[in-house]
Amino acid sequence: MPANRFNGFTNYGIGIGLRVPHYQHILTRKPVVDWFEIISENFMVGAGRPLHVLDQILEQYRVVQHGVSMYFGSADRLNREHLRRLKTLVKRTRTPWLSDHLCWGSVDGRYTHDLLPMPYTFAAAKVTAEKIRAVRDYVEVPIAVENVSSYAEFHASEMTEWEFLTEVTERADCGILLDVNNIYVSSKNHNFNPYDYLNNVPHHRVAQIHIAGHSKFKKYILDTHDHPVLDPVWKMYAHAISLVGPTATLLEWDASIPSFDEVHHEALKARKFLHSLATAPVPA
Amino acid sequence: MASLTPRWRMQQAARPVADAFIAPNDRLTASERLEIYNRQYWFRIIDSFYDDYPGLRAVIGDRRFSRLARAYLARCPSASFTMRNLGSRLESFLRREPRWTAPWQKAALDMARLEWAHIVAFDEGGKPGLDIDELLGAKPSRVRLALQPYITLLEVSYPVDDWLLAVKKKDDGLRAEASNAVALRHSRAGHIDVRRAKPRPHYIVVHRMGCLVYYKSLEREPFEILRALQRGANLEEACAVTLRNRRRTAEETSRLLQRWFEDWASYGWFCRP
Repeated sequence: MPANRFNGFTNYGIGIGLRVPHYQHILTRKPVVDWFEIISENFMVGAGRPLHVLDQILEQYRVVQHGVSMYFGSADRLNREHLRRLKTLVKRTRTPWLSDHLCWGSVDGRYTHDLLPMPYTFAAAKVTAEKIRAVRDYVEVPIAVENVSSYAEFHASEMTEWEFLTEVTERADCGILLDVNNIYVSSKNHNFNPYDYLNNVPHHRVAQIHIAGHSKFKKYILDTHDHPVLDPVWKMYAHAISLVGPTATLLEWDASIPSFDEVHHEALKARKFLHSLATAPVPA
Repeated sequence: MASLTPRWRMQQAARPVADAFIAPNDRLTASERLEIYNRQYWFRIIDSFYDDYPGLRAVIGDRRFSRLARAYLARCPSASFTMRNLGSRLESFLRREPRWTAPWQKAALDMARLEWAHIVAFDEGGKPGLDIDELLGAKPSRVRLALQPYITLLEVSYPVDDWLLAVKKKDDGLRAEASNAVALRHSRAGHIDVRRAKPRPHYIVVHRMGCLVYYKSLEREPFEILRALQRGANLEEACAVTLRNRRRTAEETSRLLQRWFEDWASYGWFCRP
């Protein structure tokens, strides 16, 4: 399952997010990193330093694009200019797959720049899947949709989040970027068992996994990406890997960003889970 | 974050709407759950706005800037998939509603224009540069040159370029990127005492060489030539401004023009219209 049609039949190992404070370190020290994930929107520009740095990174490393504003779940029509810029970037990076979130975030041309949860309805799943197909057909690379962390649920929902994720990805015939930390955060905010989620998504569609840290508040958990990965999330990651196989894994650290070495060290903790699986007997 | 809650709490009127759509849980009501997103929205866009306008912040002070940010972002919400464009309507907003920056309206507007020009110069696409030698022998009245799309010409009343460079030396903020939660992290920019500056015309070209953004000061005459070219004048029309100067000989003017154009071409400023 590690290499599948949803991640371009690649087996990428452990990556980290490419972030501005680490540019200098990466370009001068050239550390050994399996791959970098970039935020597509940061490089969907005409020219200048962002693309100059990206080109230098592309000379040395494998890069996968991760988007934050396609908003497959928004009722708005797809933004043609956004798609054109995205495809230009896809050609530049040669990303083997492209990910964005299963969420909405824009309405009537106004953008929230947030990843808002959707009502889990069949109608929403249908519209969302159509958009995913349209984007994939346009950019011509496999697409994986990521489950978001959430703080609210809708009365209108007709199914659980993992059933909705399954419904959308089956309809769109697309991959899943399984964010284990997001599942944990949402499970605490919405009182469900995160292992039910992990056990019931279509494992063969998982193209990539995200891990990250979060922050606990009195009445809810916030997905802040500003801490090391917490133990319950590592446990869930181990379980996820046992279900889906050794899958490309990425550590997200986006706020209060420590040194490159610290972020990389945290990401590489995933190795022990991947290696233990590699040496474990194959289930009958 | 908690300290900001009272100011940001959603209005009473929004609560029935939240109740109609959002399910409560055992710890939070529907509107409390919605308010998590409400706060995150404002933190995110104000944070980005703070990062983009350290100079404006230094001109009008943190308190005024905070009021301006909320007013502007409420009136002109993001209409782009990227937060890079959050400030694209700030200049027109400040011209329409100067009260937000009183009593430093003019300096604030100058700085806002410079900071937006910086954003444009940072990553706007360029066109293939024009080799000025290609124009040798061409009739000036038939030659039209365009400036690169990432270049902004600014006529301002204050030395905002010097001010901004000074502010940026102090500002080492980092931008959060992909989490859907953000922490409030506003480093205090330096303060600019506008009262000590006397307004007088400054002419600045905001451009890019390699990957670096530069603020190039010009005298009025060369600036007007560039401005005329940017507005679509032909070379003869654009250079007509030099004829007004009667203290130079025709030969001196010719040498000056040649030097200016050689410099500008070497910066890659020209492209075909």
